[in-house]
Order: sequence, then structure tokens, then C-alpha cells
Amino acid sequence: MRIAIASGKGGTGKTTLSVNLAKYSSLHHRTLLADLDVEEPNSGVFIRGKKLAEQEVFRMVPFWEEKKCTLCGKCPYYCRFNAVLRLGEKIVIMPELCHSCYACSELCPVNALPMVADPHGIISHYLSDSLDFVEGRLHIGEEQAPPLIKETVKYTDNLRPAFEMEFWDSPPGTSCPVITATYGADLVILVTEPTPFGLYDLQLAAETMRKIGKQTAIVVNRIGIGNDDVFKYCAEQGLSVWATIPDRREIAELYSRGELIYPEIEEYRKAIDVILQRIKDIEGQLCEK
Amino acid sequence: MREIVIISGKGGTGKTSVAASLAFITGERAVMGDCDVDAADLHLILDPDILERDDFFSGVKAEIDQNTCNGCGKCHEVCRFDAVLIAGSTCRIEPLKCEGCGYCSYVCPVDAIDLKEQNIGECYISRTRAGSYMAHSRLGIGADNSGKLVTRVKRDARSLAEKTKNDYIIIDGSPGIGCPVIASLSGADFALMVTEPTRSGIHDLQRVWELSRNFKIPTGCLINKNDLNHQMSKEIETYLHNNGIRFLGAIPYDTDFHKALSRGQSVIEYNPERWKPFFRELWNKIRE
Repeated sequence: MRIAIASGKGGTGKTTLSVNLAKYSSLHHRTLLADLDVEEPNSGVFIRGKKLAEQEVFRMVPFWEEKKCTLCGKCPYYCRFNAVLRLGEKIVIMPELCHSCYACSELCPVNALPMVADPHGIISHYLSDSLDFVEGRLHIGEEQAPPLIKETVKYTDNLRPAFEMEFWDSPPGTSCPVITATYGADLVILVTEPTPFGLYDLQLAAETMRKIGKQTAIVVNRIGIGNDDVFKYCAEQGLSVWATIPDRREIAELYSRGELIYPEIEEYRKAIDVILQRIKDIEGQLCEK
Repeated sequence: MREIVIISGKGGTGKTSVAASLAFITGERAVMGDCDVDAADLHLILDPDILERDDFFSGVKAEIDQNTCNGCGKCHEVCRFDAVLIAGSTCRIEPLKCEGCGYCSYVCPVDAIDLKEQNIGECYISRTRAGSYMAHSRLGIGADNSGKLVTRVKRDARSLAEKTKNDYIIIDGSPGIGCPVIASLSGADFALMVTEPTRSGIHDLQRVWELSRNFKIPTGCLINKNDLNHQMSKEIETYLHNNGIRFLGAIPYDTDFHKALSRGQSVIEYNPERWKPFFRELWNKIRE
């Protein structure tokens, strides 16, 4: 079962929920935690373990071989991302804009634009007690998160034996990084908070998940701040609220120190118990189908 | 004209609450811009009257004409994004996977592939409750190209500032360090980083600082919820000092922010005695 933990708004508690769910689940099941928030990966702040592997991830981008080039001018025309420009007698490549589609390279009549590897980010694999933790970390200055997110998912796909439970800590927002991170998930848990910002961004995220056809469940964090508009919205839309988590200063303090919440706060442990039970119910239903 | 961009690395540190508070300090003397196009929330507080709206087109997606396609599969072969599916005797595009590179259309022998321009959202020019003009947008559900939309919102904000002869633009940025943040930072005159004294807050602050230092713009930092962890707060102040980042102030963990937000207000309106002096001072420090 692959569960992506996402949210429209940042800072609603995705990472906290992901690491606590994964750690707790790993007590009884073969579990993986993947940090797909590659721009700002911080599951690793809470998970301490032994590093099993680390690999550099490269993106393929074109390299201009001046001697071969006849300056026919086709490559800038083929590139729709303005990553290949002709400036006078030169072809200039902007690697950060390149989507690695290979069009310029493979359609060049004289093979003057071979594709070369450009460092993009790092995938690290840790073992924390019985939990496998895989992190994608984008190099600073790289603009595009999706290629590294895809590679990180691919890395976890190749781990054997397969996991019973996989939790994917996903990036915030509603655009391409989130779509890429949730694309292969069986279930998406959206974490929100009961404020106007939380509600508005939940609406965007829930619509996004509906558009890509994902089964979605809601967790409302920081109960006690704000109002109950989030619950009204979920009821109207038929979105199932699986658990609520109270707004407690102790939780925020544990979080601030990079510590797990469920061993200390009974209410939090109960909430993740309920979520894990619900996940198993869904898994049962999927198996029957 | 000076453009001030509010960033944080980590989400939920209070960027938008700070931006909204500054809007009520500056009133009509600054133009606001919401460049957190993925989850644009500033309008929820500033309640802008929309004066102009414009569809925003960016990028393309491939479409295969099912009557013309002969099912040769060349498009499937060249697509690096697994976006072409061979379905029976023809090929189809999976739009969510298509990145709009156009390669398939260049190699199609029967010219069956069209590249359709994508309407990825709507842009607005508005007048806010605080008296300021504001440029903002709504990104279409699941749309790509959010960096391009950021650039458009910034351009709108700049032309508003020119028209209204305003010296300041305040931009609410997005979390992360990827294309929307890079687009927000480019051409800015000042970066205001909002952080919190948590392990994650520091971690993400360091990454966004490493990014923004490349832009060589003056940078200041505000520590939100600073009493949540005093030791960590001190650690951040030391980090700021060692990296030549101006420490602009600290805000304690305060329920005023949530209470104000629930009423659709900024803290300036909710509790002016307490917050007006603080944000006025912050604004003066930014302008120095």
C-alpha cells in the first residue's frame, strides 16, 4: 500500500504525520518512508539511522559541440523551453530550463548536441531500526523537482522484498511537484488545519486529487485554532476525515527539537492508530477488487 | 522602485500573515503581489476587488488526432515522459504526463499531433481592503509552469507600481527552493526570510539562504514563534550573524494570529495596540 501525505498549504504537519506513521507502522510491518519533498526534505530531521546507500542523480542535458555544428538553427526551434538559444555564431544551453526531452539532440542533423549528465540531486537510503528511509534532496539552484521525485520513487520501487506499507512525504502546493509525487500512490492523505488558509488550500488540493483520480482522506491538524468550516467543507464534498489532532504546545515543542510525537503524546498515538486501521481497511477493499 | 520578496524555505512559517500585516502598515504606499501561485492565500485577508482579469497561457500539451493517427508508434518511441500510450490501432496522450516538449509532433509521419496552448490560470489586478493595488492569480488545478505565472504576477506588480508611482512592491513568495522561488527572487531588491525555531525551520532556512545568496540581494530574517524553543532561536540568530543576514526581529507564539485569520483579518486590525508598533518597526528596518 502506497500512501502519499500531501497538503495544499505548507506547514500543516505533513512531515510530522509521515514520520510518526512510518515509525509506528514499522514496529509491525515492513515499512518504507520516502521523502519526496525534495526541495526541502526534512523527514530526515526526525529519523536517525544508518546510511545504507547514497547516489548522485543526474539529469541529461544537451552539450554543444561547436566543431560539429553547422549553425542550421533547428535546435532553438525544436526546444519549447527556451533552453537552447542561438546567439550570433554560438548555441547557448540553459541547463536549468531543459526538460531532458532529447528533441534537440536526436533531431540535430550532425549530432552536435550530445546529451551529457548534469548533477541534479542526491538519493540517500537509511535504515532506522526496522524502518527503511529514502530521501531525495535537490541540489540548490536546480529549478525542477519532478525529475528527482521520479528517480526517488524509482529507487524505492527497486528495493526488495517489497514493502507492506509505504509512506511518501510529499511537497506542498498543487502543481507539478505534487502531481509527480502522488501519481503512483494508492491513497492520498491530505493534512490541513481549521483556518481560512487551511480550508482554501485544502479545496485546491482536494480538487487536484479528484482530477488525477486519487482516493483521498483528510486529517485535520491543530484542532482548537480557527473554526469548523473545514469539517463543513469535507461533509459537503463527501471527503472522509480520518483523524483530528489537537493544537498542543507540547507537540510543537517536540517537533521543534526534531523528536517523534507518538511516544510522548497519547492523543497523537491514538490518531495514528486510527489512520493505520483505516489504511488496512482500504487495503482490504483494494484486494477484494 | 524596491521589490521586497518574502520567502521561508519551509511552508507554514507565517509568510502570508507577515505580508498581510505589512500591507496594512504601508496601505496605498506599496503594491502587493501574491507569488505563492500554488496556494495563493493573501487575498483571503486582503479581500481585493478585482479590477482586471486575464487568462494566462503558457506551455503546450500534445493531442493526437485519432482519425489521422496510423498507430506507427514513433511518438511513443521518442517520448521521454511515458506520456504516449498505444491504445489498439492508435496512440493517445496521457495529459498529466505530457510536458509539452513537442518531440512527438516533430517525428509524426502523418502530422496527426497538434500542440495545444494551455490555459494554466487567471491573473488579476485588484485593489485591496488595505488601500493598496495588488497583482495575483489563480493557477489552474494541476497546472505546470508555476514559475512562468510567478514571473507574470511580478511583471503586473511592477507595472502597477510604475503607474501608481509607488516606490515599494511587497511579494508573498512560495515555500521550497524550486522554480517558483527562483522566479520570485530574480530581480528582487530585498529578501525577507520568515523562519521558526525548529530543526526543520533551520534546515530549510539554510537551504533557501544558500539559494538566495546567489542573487546577491540584501537579506533579512524574522523569527516567528521564537519562544517555542529559545535555544533553537539563539542558534538561528547566531547563524544569521555568521552569514551576514540582518536579524529583523522575533514574534512570540501568539494566538492573535489564528484569531485574526479566522475573522479574515490581519493582526494589525485584530489587535492594533500590540502589533502596529511591531510591524511599523519591521517595515522601517526593511526600508533602511
